[in-house]
Amino acid sequence: MMIETRGLRKAFGDHVVLDGLDLNVAEGTIFALLGPNGAGKTTTVQILSTLIGADGGEVRVAGHDVAREPDAVRAAIGVTGQFSAVDNLLTGEENLLLMADLHHLGRSEGRWRAATLLDRFDLVDAAKNTPAIYSGGMRRRLDLAMTLVGDPRIIFLDEPTTGLDPRSRHTMWQIIRDLVAGGVTILLTTQYLEEADLLADRVAVLDQGKLVAEGTSNELKRLVPGGHIRLQFTDARGLEAAARTLGEVMRDDNELTLQVPTDGNVRSLQTVLDQLDPEAIAVDGVSLHTPDLDDVFFALTGHPDTQKGNAR
Amino acid sequence: MTNLSLTLRDSATMLRRDFRHSRRNLKMTLSGLLTPVVMLFLFNDVFGGTLGAGLGGVAHGGAYINYIAPAIILVTVGSGVATTAINLCMDMSEGIINRFRTMAISRASVLTGQVIGSLIRTLISIIFVIGVALLVGFRPTTSLVAWIAALGVIALFTFALTWMGVVFGLVGKTPAGANSLSLIFQLILPFTSSAFVRPDSMPVGIRWFAEYQPFTPVIDTLRGLLLGTPIGNSAVLAVTWCVGLTLVGYLWARAVYNRDPVR
Repeated sequence: MMIETRGLRKAFGDHVVLDGLDLNVAEGTIFALLGPNGAGKTTTVQILSTLIGADGGEVRVAGHDVAREPDAVRAAIGVTGQFSAVDNLLTGEENLLLMADLHHLGRSEGRWRAATLLDRFDLVDAAKNTPAIYSGGMRRRLDLAMTLVGDPRIIFLDEPTTGLDPRSRHTMWQIIRDLVAGGVTILLTTQYLEEADLLADRVAVLDQGKLVAEGTSNELKRLVPGGHIRLQFTDARGLEAAARTLGEVMRDDNELTLQVPTDGNVRSLQTVLDQLDPEAIAVDGVSLHTPDLDDVFFALTGHPDTQKGNAR
Repeated sequence: MTNLSLTLRDSATMLRRDFRHSRRNLKMTLSGLLTPVVMLFLFNDVFGGTLGAGLGGVAHGGAYINYIAPAIILVTVGSGVATTAINLCMDMSEGIINRFRTMAISRASVLTGQVIGSLIRTLISIIFVIGVALLVGFRPTTSLVAWIAALGVIALFTFALTWMGVVFGLVGKTPAGANSLSLIFQLILPFTSSAFVRPDSMPVGIRWFAEYQPFTPVIDTLRGLLLGTPIGNSAVLAVTWCVGLTLVGYLWARAVYNRDPVR
């Protein structure tokens, strides 16, 4: 395990932020910590990355205890936070060279590394400018490029795409996939269910400082009901006939649709269509809906993910 | 790499970063010069007639400019403290400081880079201010050795106050707060010392304060070295103050910096 926590606890004054967190992240995987604002995501990253201390529990990163051997942990990790960690008075290139110096790379290796990263993150044209004139996406890319100068084995990404436009978000996703393909272990936090679903090998749902579920996104989706086959009809007569044939279904007379509950496998779809076929009922369209992490989140935390609407 | 060479190397990197900041932030860098130069003209040309006459013979037989030049040098140091505090405070609010905290670098280097950078900037300002003072009539009567000793005292005092400036930058929370704290060294202590008038002309309480605060012995030592007035025990007091303030500033700054950052 590259990241391990047991009973991690943290409080700020009376406010308990993390209430006994157990995490295991295997080498070379992406682990997503999913939760609304205030769930404790950023605090978790801050503790795992040695920025702040825990109040209780055991935390090991890259095999080292964060409290006893912080420098050994720091040598193995890279952090790109939610808040930009670039030097605004230095140019993009100078920022990367600063990182190279602090990682004690030689002059020529540092220059080579900086040039490579500028190229890889599409920042060559902006290299001589200070981040003041960068777009949000460029700033985030520079931030991540700085993290990569030291070739970290573990990378913490705290809400890496929050506030980015769709195009920049997709660029960031591709960068993250490439990193993992190169053997890096990534722990990312996100409030976007879609992002966790798309990127992560395993997802942990965090709510008010506690893990409410953990598993692959498919495993999580199986935890909740909500899968259905949606049948679209051209007229009320077809709808009526189908409803009579299928029995227990959700019916929408305005939309001329029926929703048939299913566990999501193909056989159930076949069964439904086979039932309609002998009656010669014309079905205009069929779609299969599996529960998404939105449903999971709602079911597990008992409150809707209120962040999603205003963050997009 | 040993710990010491790691610290030195990282501090040198941070110093280079600090110099780049000074160049990019030229207005801030130069504003530190404004206060002492304005004060020099204010006290020499505006108030100088009355104040110089009031000092009478004790103005060391020379012009009032000779009496206040050493004080203006220390005002330059105080003004440098404000620049250091504001710069550091702004820097600490930047996300990059948190990045440094999660890197395997010498933790002290972030502060030492700032201190050495500030020390160099302030000393350059002082050389400039001495130049202006000489232009408007400051006439030190001294030897090369005494000049070197005087510069040594100035450097020591600057080093001590710069660490205090770092503390102000760390505990000041906002640049305005950091600046307010720096007023102690920029205005309050210079005015309540032997900088512009003799303490024995002050009311009893303030006179007592003036005699026991750090600026008075440092100024009196500089006057002694540059103008040949008696130094007495001022030199010992001055060095003791410098060492003491350095220690307090360094330990305090380190303790505040090593605390968990506020979210």
